[in-house]
Amino acid sequence: MIKALFEYQFLQNALISGILASVVCGIIGVIVIEKKLVMMSGGIAHTSYGGVGLGYLLGFEPIIGAFLFSILAALGIGYAKRKGGERSDVIIGLFWSLGMALGILFIALMPGYPPDLSSYLFGSILSVTKTDLYLTAGLTVIVTAVIVIFYNDWKAYLFDEEFASIIGVRAVFLEYLLLILIAMTVVVLIRVVGIILVIALLTAPAATAGFLTANLKRRMVYAALLGVVFCVAGLWISYVMNIASGAAIVILSVLCYFLFYAAHSLRERAQRKKIAAGIK
Amino acid sequence: MSKKAVHVENLSVYYGRTPAIKDICLDVAEGEYLGIIGPNGGGKSTLLKAILGLVPVSSGTVRVFGEKPGSCAAAIGYVPQFAALDKRFPITVAEVVLTGRLKKGLAPFFRFSKEDKSTALLLLKKVGLEELADRRISDLSGGEFQKMLIARALAVNPRLLLLDEPTASVDASSREQIYALLADLNREMTIILVTHDLLAVSSQVQRLACLNGHLVYHGEPELSEHVVNSLYGCPVDLIAHGVPHRVLKSHGEETHHDQGAV
Repeated sequence: MIKALFEYQFLQNALISGILASVVCGIIGVIVIEKKLVMMSGGIAHTSYGGVGLGYLLGFEPIIGAFLFSILAALGIGYAKRKGGERSDVIIGLFWSLGMALGILFIALMPGYPPDLSSYLFGSILSVTKTDLYLTAGLTVIVTAVIVIFYNDWKAYLFDEEFASIIGVRAVFLEYLLLILIAMTVVVLIRVVGIILVIALLTAPAATAGFLTANLKRRMVYAALLGVVFCVAGLWISYVMNIASGAAIVILSVLCYFLFYAAHSLRERAQRKKIAAGIK
Repeated sequence: MSKKAVHVENLSVYYGRTPAIKDICLDVAEGEYLGIIGPNGGGKSTLLKAILGLVPVSSGTVRVFGEKPGSCAAAIGYVPQFAALDKRFPITVAEVVLTGRLKKGLAPFFRFSKEDKSTALLLLKKVGLEELADRRISDLSGGEFQKMLIARALAVNPRLLLLDEPTASVDASSREQIYALLADLNREMTIILVTHDLLAVSSQVQRLACLNGHLVYHGEPELSEHVVNSLYGCPVDLIAHGVPHRVLKSHGEETHHDQGAV
């Protein structure tokens, strides 16, 4: 595969986009888990399908449509959550299915043969184009910069939103900003693992990193590194076995999470036994 | 007459159509130590949040040091309810206290200065946690967690300190330490303490407010049986545990001891 990597542009693109996606996943994934926004991220991801459909219908780049729809979903869900009128999980569920339904509708309205949508649903890292790559790189830089530059504000906001807003940290602004960052992350991930599998890559590396360290910054770095490992290994598996890259990456990262989970529980049990024995 | 730290006039706060508090009038003088008691759902926390500017005021006015809540944020230290926070968040004790030193607004590339760090350590010493500075918050006991939250509130350098049930799920010795600390802090700042700890509160605070949707009582920290009954709707037995004076005369039968949520 190493030789092929130097030979084929598409493999290089795949590798680079996988690495970029891992970086955003690591950073945003940790925040998503700590802030318990996993389902909200799923909602944002699935709503973007409507944008893909609209892109095909009106003849513009579907990924741009996905970007617009996911931003709108992020703001809409965020607003509903803040107003607290409806319970936010209801709103998330509605956005989730409305987005998918709109996607189906737009594709149906399209004249001619329907396009193959599986690359958006399940990802197709091997067909990443130069344009995709630029978009991914741009979004990765934005997401990383916003988190790094305001790191201390983010930390205060994530731990205790109320206290942060009392001391004058702009918590409402940060909340909407976070949702927009999640939307951007989702767009980056769609190319790699697809709309349906986004949640796995957003949570598995970050949750696995949670077993390794109790330091927020380190957790983000470890999650990004784990993401790179999963992406590269998944890519290799998909290349060798000729299966969908998104599926390979997701299966690998979820298996790895459960492996760490089992190891962690076993270690805890061993420690408990040791302590119990010490008391006797 | 001394200056007012908090001025609340005809304050009502509604959650949807349900009033949480109605027509509250309350003045807190500078340097005062006010205790607020009342049943669960009586609006104690809501009143604190209205003073902090965290909940929208439906009608009436709130002024903190003569300003609207939220606009003089730096002057208020807040100790939230223990249960409202995620104890598994990956952060250390010192890092939590440091968040109190954050700048207002958005501070790009903000790094805590040496001064911030030494202030944080000093405050941890003040609350008796200096040895736990690098401990993860998931490894703290209830009492240690509360003391950490008090240190964080003090990091803001407040003139007014608001505490929401700081002695809930705290062991007896930590409770004593927290009350001693608050008495000490009261020399420098105004304190408003929301609590379920009826007995202790009346021996600690200078003034007492009893809240059950509306203000049942506001004045000297001596509770009459009548006030307590209208507050909790049933006789409350106040058990003295090493506190200088009993607030209520003891009574026989039915007892209902409300020490707050765990």
